[in-house]
Amino acid sequence: MRAGVITFPGSNCDRDIAVALAAAGARVERLWHAETELPRLDLIVLPGGFTYGDYLRCGAIAARAPVMAEVIRRAAAGVPVLGICNGFQILAEAGLLPGALISNAGLKFICRPVELEVATTGSIFTAGYAPGQIVSLPIAHHDGCYVLAPDELERLADEDRIAFRYLANPNGSVGRVAGVLGPGRNVLGLMPHPERAADPRTGGTDGAIMLRSLVEALG
Amino acid sequence: MATVTPELIAEHGLSQAEYARVVEILGREPTLVELGIFSVMWSEHCSYKSSRHWLKQLPTDGPQVICGPGENAGVVDLGQGMAAVFKIESHNHPSYIEPYQGAATGVGGILRDVFTMGARPVALLNALRFGAPEHPKTRHLVDGVVAGIAGYGNCIGVPTVGGETGFHRAYNGNILVNAMCVGLAAKDQIFYARAAGPGNPVVYVGAKTGRDGIHGATMASAEFSAEAEARRPTVQVGDPFTEKLLLEACLELMEGDAIVAIQDMGAAGLTSSSFEMAARGGTGIEMDLDRVPTRETGMTPYEIMLSESQERMLLVLRRGAEAAAAAVFAKWGLDCVTVGRVTDSGAMVLRFAGEEVARVPIAPVSGASPVYRRPYVRGAPPPPVIAQDVNPPIGHRAALLQLLGSPDLASRRWIFEQYDYMVMGDTVQPPGGDAAVVRIHGSQRGLALTTDCTPRYCLADPASGGRQAVAEAWRNLCAVGARPLALTDCLNFGSPENPVVMGQFVGCLEGMAEACRALDFPVVSGNVSFYNETDGQAIPPTPTIGGLGLIEDLDRMATLAWRRRGLALVLIGESFGWLGSSLYLREVCGREEGAPPPVDLATERRHGELVRGLIAAGRIEACHDLADGGLLVALAEMVLASGIGADLELPPDCDAGWLFGEDQGRYLLAVAPDHLDALLETARRQGALARRVGTTGGRALTLDGGDAICLDELARVHGRWLPALMAAPGATP
Repeated sequence: MRAGVITFPGSNCDRDIAVALAAAGARVERLWHAETELPRLDLIVLPGGFTYGDYLRCGAIAARAPVMAEVIRRAAAGVPVLGICNGFQILAEAGLLPGALISNAGLKFICRPVELEVATTGSIFTAGYAPGQIVSLPIAHHDGCYVLAPDELERLADEDRIAFRYLANPNGSVGRVAGVLGPGRNVLGLMPHPERAADPRTGGTDGAIMLRSLVEALG
Repeated sequence: MATVTPELIAEHGLSQAEYARVVEILGREPTLVELGIFSVMWSEHCSYKSSRHWLKQLPTDGPQVICGPGENAGVVDLGQGMAAVFKIESHNHPSYIEPYQGAATGVGGILRDVFTMGARPVALLNALRFGAPEHPKTRHLVDGVVAGIAGYGNCIGVPTVGGETGFHRAYNGNILVNAMCVGLAAKDQIFYARAAGPGNPVVYVGAKTGRDGIHGATMASAEFSAEAEARRPTVQVGDPFTEKLLLEACLELMEGDAIVAIQDMGAAGLTSSSFEMAARGGTGIEMDLDRVPTRETGMTPYEIMLSESQERMLLVLRRGAEAAAAAVFAKWGLDCVTVGRVTDSGAMVLRFAGEEVARVPIAPVSGASPVYRRPYVRGAPPPPVIAQDVNPPIGHRAALLQLLGSPDLASRRWIFEQYDYMVMGDTVQPPGGDAAVVRIHGSQRGLALTTDCTPRYCLADPASGGRQAVAEAWRNLCAVGARPLALTDCLNFGSPENPVVMGQFVGCLEGMAEACRALDFPVVSGNVSFYNETDGQAIPPTPTIGGLGLIEDLDRMATLAWRRRGLALVLIGESFGWLGSSLYLREVCGREEGAPPPVDLATERRHGELVRGLIAAGRIEACHDLADGGLLVALAEMVLASGIGADLELPPDCDAGWLFGEDQGRYLLAVAPDHLDALLETARRQGALARRVGTTGGRALTLDGGDAICLDELARVHGRWLPALMAAPGATP
């Protein structure tokens, strides 16, 4: 499996996800935001960080980076795209995922492991989990409060596109939503960091389940 | 040209004698630019003029030391071709005036000190001291400082893994924000700040220069008055995004051979970076200040030289490497401009708009700055407090709860959860333990990191307090199983012009030096911050020690938490019941008095080596050093970390001194019953007093099977104080 991790100016979890993917068995390519063409890839990852300092809305500038046109094309063609934390914010700003991420309800940055419920196993990202499984993944964000109009949230739930829900809502997200799937189910954005739970020594292994199942499914 | 008047000289913080020396060095009256240069270079902050004499007694050598004090940061050998680069620095005055930006730029500055040497920063720590919790400014300052540290460290993506936070009314008018950064580099790829090779280009990279922070170094070298807020415009503004780009660009350029020397522009900006690089290289530098990228129009050469705008670096490149450097910085969207060249003149020559605005010999500015032997007085240490004479006002159970919920011992979760302590994926021990542990990326080895100081000890008896600060840092490293390698110090004191303060400084340094020698724990970098006083009220002496140790095998590391019941609790070290200057005496009895606990350095060393050996041999299942609050507080902290209770067996003559005394050189261990006898025997052979004091198990902390505090209550009392303080109305004015 060939995974591409895109580095934008201000990305800071790019190495972490590259390390975790490699440990899960992927061949990892590090890609630069200014590229307009991408090699053949089985998975595209938008890592966490503070692209452009989050000085505008989080992810707003990165969503317009040169590489994003190609990411949007690949996503439309069915290539799995994973956005973690700031990557989720970029995907929302790019229109690949519905909704938006605003400041946490407590207006503070929160870094801690949180418990999540796997809300669907019907995606390439979550197929490795048991339905309803409770997993622990770390969050580390200031702007992770997911917002969406009530009718759209209902539609998302109807279409089984809510991937993860927080057990105890740390940031005020609507419907306790921690991660959502795109309409084609090949795009996942989530605020928690699976790459930070991919090593028993540092954060557990619940995130490694996602990465390993991606590697297995994508060869 | 402005005439140099006595008022102007005074505004620049130079004494008449110092000014006379300036005139002597130049052989004429200085220009305004030159006056500004001498002012910052000879400020206490940059020149260490009051401290230099005393700093010389600190040991700075050892087989593990690659580079001691004098460079941007200290460098120690980690073996296997790796080196750790680290330093701690104060940003006290800016943080008091403008807490968010002051703290943020403190973090930014210390990061640059580390990556300018070719190291990738891998950990940040912060030692913070605030005023009384009930003081009207405290919550505002806590809120801003923590948010500022978070804002900078989280954005740049370096984990903030540890530190300490204290509260005392003595810091009401002058908080302390000490930021420490640790980086990793290949041992043979360290970059130094020595301008060499006449003709080599001097290159400015990073953010543009603005008018912010002009005279920051001078501000850090004067005491505060109540009108401190008026100095708000002199506080710099941080841009962690630009720093992230600068970090990546510098490390990328360092992979090649373009860089001859590199130094960040910190305090005193372009002035100190250029002078210090030329001084270390024994060369001269010429610069055209018109070429310096500026953010504002109409900036004068004086402003350009003294600006403390952040996220800037000065490089000396190999001739011909300009294009390669420019390409790297262009990729990261940063300015990269050749502003001058290295010369062999030994002088700094500055030109602006076709005119020479300064010509200053470098050696006398950097090397021959004034050195003062300030007068000092040393007070006699206070008499000890006899434990038997302390009449406990409340029962031991109530005292424990009061201590656990007190400002200095309550949970710091509210603080450290605002810091990304996990980014980079190598945080093996997060905040909350004796020392933070960060894995050396891609290996089974780890760095143990801690910051320590007990200001109330230093105030009561500076020499003893200085010894204790070093010993506690060393002990915290041992407690996780690390071999202590070296330390960095941040010496926060009041005005050196006050003989009492100077006496505290002399005493602390004496104690520190003694401890460093006895423990083979050299000082490799640091910073002195004098003038921490407001309206004549000096802070307690606060020599913060940032310790670094190495764990050779992360499978052999200790934490506070045991994982099972039935383990024996073993106390290492002797308990005399020392209550003088203890937290118990202060928080429970309302008395701030008495001699602090003595530190027997030979015992300290013996016990530390014993514990380290036991951890390395896999003989213990949890370890905690005994510090503030003594044995019972340490046990409660272990119970909280474990989520499993314990029973403490009390001796027949148990008193507050035995439970809460702060005797030094002690550790509490959890040991499997099978290993107990062998462990006690090992301790006896190594000359350490070890005794069984209890057993793990249950859902409560009990005293002799009787008085019990259930885990939930411990956790509630420990956890509620700081969130409650910060949630109170008016926390963020």
